[in-house]
Amino acid sequence: MSTEKNDTKKYVLLIILLSAGLFFSLFLCLSIGSAKLSFSEVLSILKGEHDDAALAGMSSIILDIRLPRVLGAALFGGALSLSGFLLQVFFQNPLAGPYVLGISSGAKLFVAMFMIVLLSNGSVMSAGMSVAAAFFGSLLSMGIVLLLSLRVKTMSILIICGVMIGYICSAITDLIVTFASDSDIVNLHNWSLGSFSGLSSENVLLSAVLILIAFVVVLFMSKPIFAFSLGETYAKSVGVNIKLLRVLLILFSSLLSAVVTAFAGPVSFVGIAVPHLARLFTKTMKPLVMIPVSFLLGAIVTLFCDTIARSAFSPTEVSVSSVTAVGLVPIVIFLLLRGKGARHE
Amino acid sequence: MNEKELFLAEGLSVGYGSPVLSDIFLSLSPGSVTVLAGPNGAGKSTLLRSVSKSQKLLSGKIMIDGSDIEKMSGAELSKKLSIMTTERVRPELMTVREIVSIGRYPYTGGFGVLSSDDDKKVNDAMELTGVLELSDNYFMRLSDGQKQRALLSRAICQEPEILILDEPTSYLDISGKIRIMSVIRRLANENGLCVIMALHELELAAAVSDTVISIGEGRIISKGSPQEIFSGEGMERLYHVTKEEGRILSGGLMEYAKGLKELIWQSL
Repeated sequence: MSTEKNDTKKYVLLIILLSAGLFFSLFLCLSIGSAKLSFSEVLSILKGEHDDAALAGMSSIILDIRLPRVLGAALFGGALSLSGFLLQVFFQNPLAGPYVLGISSGAKLFVAMFMIVLLSNGSVMSAGMSVAAAFFGSLLSMGIVLLLSLRVKTMSILIICGVMIGYICSAITDLIVTFASDSDIVNLHNWSLGSFSGLSSENVLLSAVLILIAFVVVLFMSKPIFAFSLGETYAKSVGVNIKLLRVLLILFSSLLSAVVTAFAGPVSFVGIAVPHLARLFTKTMKPLVMIPVSFLLGAIVTLFCDTIARSAFSPTEVSVSSVTAVGLVPIVIFLLLRGKGARHE
Repeated sequence: MNEKELFLAEGLSVGYGSPVLSDIFLSLSPGSVTVLAGPNGAGKSTLLRSVSKSQKLLSGKIMIDGSDIEKMSGAELSKKLSIMTTERVRPELMTVREIVSIGRYPYTGGFGVLSSDDDKKVNDAMELTGVLELSDNYFMRLSDGQKQRALLSRAICQEPEILILDEPTSYLDISGKIRIMSVIRRLANENGLCVIMALHELELAAAVSDTVISIGEGRIISKGSPQEIFSGEGMERLYHVTKEEGRILSGGLMEYAKGLKELIWQSL
């Protein structure tokens, strides 16, 4: 029993450390960029206390461009990671994630479609509408994956199906982009590769509200998620409403990845890899620990990936998915190999 | 049929699509241990899944304490009835204590945090089956027998009135089997727990049960005390052997069971 208490202390400490780490990372990434600033300069700009004329110009770069982007990258990273965690619970398999199952691609397709239709009618898509379109697209491709999962019981085949769905969605998206007018393409092209650039404060605020709501609801699902880890039969026998839990898992994993896709396009591998990184730290599956740790770690990892994407080859920016893929795919491969080894035990 | 029975099943027909077993009547009282015996594929597991609402009934009705379980919510039922199945579970990075503590789910609050009372019940259940020393080990690292003990602890600390067990001792060595059977007997005698389990080990069934129900050919073949069911004629009917073979099987079985019974009741 004493170990249980020590564990709780350890987890609380881990969450505090990660929160502090995220806070520090936000500052660090605010100061990194083509215009370099010191910590104290960033701090005085954030406080609005700069009388230095030179800093005045920097102020708008920091507040209007970098701040929304940095906050957005952290929020979206957390959301993707949490979405991956929920999908891994749903499929009871460590290889599930919004990108590999084609859910992000479904969202991307629908956002692109709506965007083109609206633009050709001379109107612009609002932030809320793109989230709605992305959510719809996510649910649709999730629906297809679920239908397939009724017949395909092997997770690796299901994932291959997900990847295929992703390709089909991307192909159709490309088709749409090809026939779109030139002026629309620039926007669409950047966005469809996955990028946190050009995030407005309003978009970040809307995402923050949605993601926060999802985070809190998911936290309240800790108890049934925990019981579900012993499988459906046992979960049901202790009184878990399995159907409701399933529906909620799908809705919230889709919502979380849809918010990200709506504003930043599809971002790869954060959802599948970060929950595993989190597990390496926590060594537990307790949802009350895993939900905040996955979220915080996803935020930190994605924040750094995005900072690398925008500053490593500055002034040219690479897509954030290139960075997350290079950084996180080795982790996924490691998991595949280890999973195979475990089956032989 | 006695209306005061804790558990009543009337006219059940169970299976997937087409019935595996039909015309099943069961009536179980508190403090009783009932064993389902029968050959592989007879439908023991299907029946146990069906009476615990894990699987839909094809027809019939199940009453616990006079209320229809179809009308009970999952939460209500979880305080009346707990199960242990033969299904392989693969919970990654979960300790034995965590697995067992899932049994407290019906009693904990919104976040599932255990009270000190819950903690004690989890500990007691682990001590009963002998996995307390393993409580901080990961479940996936246990041997099959240890996993069975942990899953039984989980079912026990759910504090049910009816305990449904499917092959609870199949992976255990003989001393483990005796220990688990004496735990089951003690819970029945002292706490009035009603136990129904599928067992392949007939000698254990003969040693521990009050009633044996033998099933086969899509129905209940016979129901009675172990002495009746495992008599020469009983074995003859149950396993389609000759009269002479039945007599030999029964004699050996009852002799072995007598020894086991002594050991089991000794450690109560």
